[in-house]
Amino acid sequence: MASLTPQVTTQVATGTAPARGGRPRRPRVWRGVVLVLAAVYFLVPLIASFVFTVEVPNQGFSLDAYGQIFSAEGFGGSLLLSLGLGVATIVLVLLLTLPAAVAVRLGAPRLRPVLEVVCTLPLVVPPITFVAGISTVLRWGPDYLATTPLYQTMIAVQNPDFPVVLVLAYVVLALPFAYRSLDAGLGAIDVRTLSEAARNLGASWPHVLLRVIIPNMRSAMASASFLTLALVLGEFTIARLLSFETFPNWIYRISGSQAQVSVAVSVFSLLITWLLLLALSSAGARQRSGS
Amino acid sequence: MNGARVEFRGLRRRFGSTVALDGLDLTVEPGELIALLGPSGCGKTTALRCLAGFEQPDEGEVLVDGADITRVPANRRDAGMVFQSYSLFPNLNARDNVSFGMRVRKAPTAKRHARAQELLELVGLPSVGERYPHQLSGGQQQRVALARALALEPRVLLLDEPLSALDAKVRVTLREEIRRLQLSLGITTIFVTHDQEEALSMADRVAVLRDGRLEQVADPATLYDRPATPFVAEFVGAMNHLTGLVSGDRVTVLGQTLPVEGRAPDTAQVDVLVRPEAVLVTPVDASGAEGDGIVMVSSFRGSTARLRVHLGDGTEVLADVPGHDSARFAPGTAVRVGLVERPVLVSARSETGAATAVPEPDVV
Repeated sequence: MASLTPQVTTQVATGTAPARGGRPRRPRVWRGVVLVLAAVYFLVPLIASFVFTVEVPNQGFSLDAYGQIFSAEGFGGSLLLSLGLGVATIVLVLLLTLPAAVAVRLGAPRLRPVLEVVCTLPLVVPPITFVAGISTVLRWGPDYLATTPLYQTMIAVQNPDFPVVLVLAYVVLALPFAYRSLDAGLGAIDVRTLSEAARNLGASWPHVLLRVIIPNMRSAMASASFLTLALVLGEFTIARLLSFETFPNWIYRISGSQAQVSVAVSVFSLLITWLLLLALSSAGARQRSGS
Repeated sequence: MNGARVEFRGLRRRFGSTVALDGLDLTVEPGELIALLGPSGCGKTTALRCLAGFEQPDEGEVLVDGADITRVPANRRDAGMVFQSYSLFPNLNARDNVSFGMRVRKAPTAKRHARAQELLELVGLPSVGERYPHQLSGGQQQRVALARALALEPRVLLLDEPLSALDAKVRVTLREEIRRLQLSLGITTIFVTHDQEEALSMADRVAVLRDGRLEQVADPATLYDRPATPFVAEFVGAMNHLTGLVSGDRVTVLGQTLPVEGRAPDTAQVDVLVRPEAVLVTPVDASGAEGDGIVMVSSFRGSTARLRVHLGDGTEVLADVPGHDSARFAPGTAVRVGLVERPVLVSARSETGAATAVPEPDVV
């Protein structure tokens, strides 16, 4: 996500170059064709969804479906649950990956490929396999363990009000995205020299991390957080199979009874995601231009 | 601010199969500016990093004012450091960069700002306090880094090639300012560089390192005039290698017999090491006898011109002549070549046998 703005600027730069050089305009035509094709691919389903939500048979245009979202049973609860899970996942995944990425860069550069592979593994494992494993573990629990803290922990992590087990699963799913964002962010600053300079000025390691590394990683951390949030808000399989009603599962449930409302919610959540993305990339651009 | 005495004792450090430090012994006197000079990979930066606490020596110890600090963590060493690459914190402006160390020590804000301003004035940048590193030039960034390193009044100042990323003109002015500042503060300073000119012009003493060991430590004039080893002779300044024949404590070279500096080697045939300014050349006038060689290249440097002279036997000799005389030594001119009458350094003949002029290092 952090690369959004640079991509835009590159396009602008290459766009003006041929014109200045007086070269034929054909590349520009091709760019237009590609853009239109991509736009059709993305926009047609969106417009279709939107039309479906506002077009009421025999009545014509109506925004009723959007109005019903907020009054629909379970909307607020499931959205809050998903947002809460998202925030908890972000905190945990950042706490895990940031110190690890910094430590590997400074102390054991040779382990970097290993860490990269480990953090990419969740992409290879299908969620269905993952959730099958989790539910097997959660079901296991002989009665004689019923009074032990282990058993009670197993019960506690499945509390439907805030299923910690989902946070743990989402942290694993978010690892590839979080790690890659942070690693790119660390690559953009001279971590070694900066931390040595800070150490030289008397800073302890936690101080180096909090006052030197993190402030210079803001946009990378924002991008990691956003990707994680988007992932949690959209994750269906694991929550569904463990029977927790997160936001996507709520959409799925009401789609059976209120098809129009469920599509309206989808369009609505897409809109929110876009706004978040926009806020993030503009925050990133502000930081680059020098706060 | 009073300078501390720094001692490296038998410092050894190896990285895998490469030996960075191979028993380095060196004492830096209080208030002295010492330059660690050597080719890349000679261990000079590793020595500095051992003193800063960023490297742990495998063997040996580092002492500051007699106290062993080898195992003290880097953040409790009381040594200010300026790095080769730009090391200012990008998220802080110049003033906050300078006061970073004071902030770590929880000094009150007003005091911090006043001290930061004082230091920025000291390095000649009184009005950049509000600017961020990316708004400063390379030279300005290194000045701010210097102010930051001095902010905590460290007992030792460590400079790790701080000028190498700057362009030539800035490099010269900044090195003069660093020296002036160092003298006025009286702070013990260790300056790592691979640039011999920088080392010779700034330092009280220069320590030449090779393969993790100390080759020679001496004041710049001694190092230049009386290099202790052929390596130092070649590394510092330009040097000619001429074939000579030793007999007793005298050596015959280019038809002249000169006393040998130091002990003469046992072999009869030797390399005689002569600085370009100790080579005398005179143009052969039209009526005169045959010359010894022909000027191949003449490079004008202002006060002097350096000639590359091809001798009859194929040897090349570098010779310096006064700049205003350079017109008399245009390429193609036949010249007589002699040596200034003073003791010369000799070394056992190198295996390759060919006596060649050392490639000219970049001397401004």
